Amino acid sequence: MSELLRDLIFDYTLRNVALGSALLGIVSGVLGSYAVLRRQGLLGDTLAHAALPGICIAFLITGSRAQIPLLLGAGIAGWVGTMILLLIVRRTVLSEDAALGIVLSTFFGFGVLLLTFINQRDDANQAGLDKYLFGQAAALIESDVIIFAILGGVALALVLLFYQEFKLLTFDPEFAGSLGFGTTKLSVLLTSLIVVAVVIGLQTVGVVLMAAMLIGPAAAARQWTDRLGVMIVLSAAFGAVAGVVGAVLSFTEERLPTGPTIVLALTVIVFASLAFAPARGLVWEWWRRRQQRRAWALEVARLKAEGHVR
Amino acid sequence: MSSAVAVPLTGVLVASACALLGSFLILRRMAMMSDAISHAILPGLVAGYVLAQGPNLFAGFLGASLAAAVTVTAVEALKRTRRVDAGAAIGIVFPAMFALGTVLVTWRFSDIHLDADAILFGNIEFVAFDTFVFNGQDLGPQSVWVMSGLCLLNLLFIGIFYKELKLTTFDAGLAAALGFSPAIVHYALMLVLSITSVGAFSAVGAVLVVALVIVPAATAYLLTDRLAVMIPLSVVIGAVAALIGYRVAIAVDASIAGAMVSAVGVLFGLALLFSPSQGVVARAWQNRRNRAVIASQMLVVHLFNHEGAPDSEEESSVEHLSDGLRWSPARTDMAVAGASRRGWVVRANGHLELTEPGRETARLVLAR
Repeated sequence: MSELLRDLIFDYTLRNVALGSALLGIVSGVLGSYAVLRRQGLLGDTLAHAALPGICIAFLITGSRAQIPLLLGAGIAGWVGTMILLLIVRRTVLSEDAALGIVLSTFFGFGVLLLTFINQRDDANQAGLDKYLFGQAAALIESDVIIFAILGGVALALVLLFYQEFKLLTFDPEFAGSLGFGTTKLSVLLTSLIVVAVVIGLQTVGVVLMAAMLIGPAAAARQWTDRLGVMIVLSAAFGAVAGVVGAVLSFTEERLPTGPTIVLALTVIVFASLAFAPARGLVWEWWRRRQQRRAWALEVARLKAEGHVR
Repeated sequence: MSSAVAVPLTGVLVASACALLGSFLILRRMAMMSDAISHAILPGLVAGYVLAQGPNLFAGFLGASLAAAVTVTAVEALKRTRRVDAGAAIGIVFPAMFALGTVLVTWRFSDIHLDADAILFGNIEFVAFDTFVFNGQDLGPQSVWVMSGLCLLNLLFIGIFYKELKLTTFDAGLAAALGFSPAIVHYALMLVLSITSVGAFSAVGAVLVVALVIVPAATAYLLTDRLAVMIPLSVVIGAVAALIGYRVAIAVDASIAGAMVSAVGVLFGLALLFSPSQGVVARAWQNRRNRAVIASQMLVVHLFNHEGAPDSEEESSVEHLSDGLRWSPARTDMAVAGASRRGWVVRANGHLELTEPGRETARLVLAR
């Protein structure tokens, strides 16, 4: 145990992986809270998939694997995907559910087309883009962690700055609008911040598992509290814990890939919270129901014994 | 059978089998559920292969169907607890299943060809080499047999249960009242979807299956309101996209599955823009037309109100109209052009004069 702690601090690889995963957990935990409360959890899934063609196009334009342009491409593509999503939902008979699936799958398909085209064309850079699919948390280096910290820091600062506005937008958008807040602008800002979380997540857990990073911590935290501030802090903590646990487990057991391990750790937290959180926990509810049934049965038995009912 | 035949044929069969189910999934708002299932079958598929000690088709189908059943049940159960909403329930279950599948693959199956690329993109490129051998006879590519079977299965499923599917889709309450069980239909549809996903999975991968399931149907829905038209139309759209995608992929030397999905995305985009009833362009055109008609009607009402009044001379002069109505010159021109074309006004030395039909129109508008 103490050896593990020492590795966590002094082992270059493990420290970066754990720090990067924890940062992702914190940022996606905070932004996921808003997404889940606004019932937009799956938007993150769509944004993550929609980012792939952006990464590929940025690579085709710049011809290099430099981080910043690729992340910018991912962000722009995610944003374009959101606009098309809104167009479909507002202008056609198709439901939001269908629109999410359509944008997700077609953008990703186009991304796969571009990715294989790039891989076919120049082998030298090949390994570079594939990592966004499954994420390569294990390959995070110090410069990645620094970029994560800057991106995440900016996102969290904006959340803090607009805390009241986002709160109002989340719980009563009509009221927010009537008070003169630009709800559309706020909504776009919040979605853009989720794009930032997705951009961090793509490199760590990859396209498919990003949904879990946004939804899991928030859904778990929601069970423990009814207060937004507490929920956000808890959600960030759950995200960070899952990130570190996943990093450590995959470090000690070589055959465990980091991204999936983080998600599985997170899933355990979610189900534990659903079962055991005070007040909302399903186990407690089951226990209360059982007690009530017993009390009721006893009461009926007493009434029968006393001849009040037959 | 050569690759040049086997690959596009498989593509068309995969797209058709998927598209057959799409209409119901779109109408039941289960697009993201289909996405979840196509990802969540992974651990079942791998577990099946582990138990069969190799990529055995039947074991794969069985494992994947079980995984799909687990996923659907878990999502429904999570929703019923009312602790999380439907979207979050899906977003909790399928990544967990997919992560489990990925861990299983790296743990037990680093040697078989279920590698990362195959999971996400499939490998339709190689279907011609995996042939179905029976009694020592080569009966052609396995994928063609499997996907033909799935097309037939889905066709039979829809054909036999069309009434039940339609009723539970559009009015679950009435269906239940009439004695059809919406739950049984729901799970049956999920079962057929998961079997189709497994079949399509090996050809086009986990993420792209869902594109072939829902996007052709969504495209068809933009073009028709009738279910009986929507289903065949979506199959045609899927098949056409598969063929276009195949040609494009060969031309640019890239993933066939990716190109198929890109093609279906382009077809959806075209419908989104140009559908006669719902397309963005059609709507914009309709709005513009409505604005023009209303402007022309307001013009004749304006002229009608001032007709015979002392200021009629000034109010009907073409130059003054923009000021009098506080309209932009462009809008005024549009209104004058529209009204003249409809024969409501005639120009006479710089003034507009109402015709009899024009007066009639003004009276009608005012009487509304």
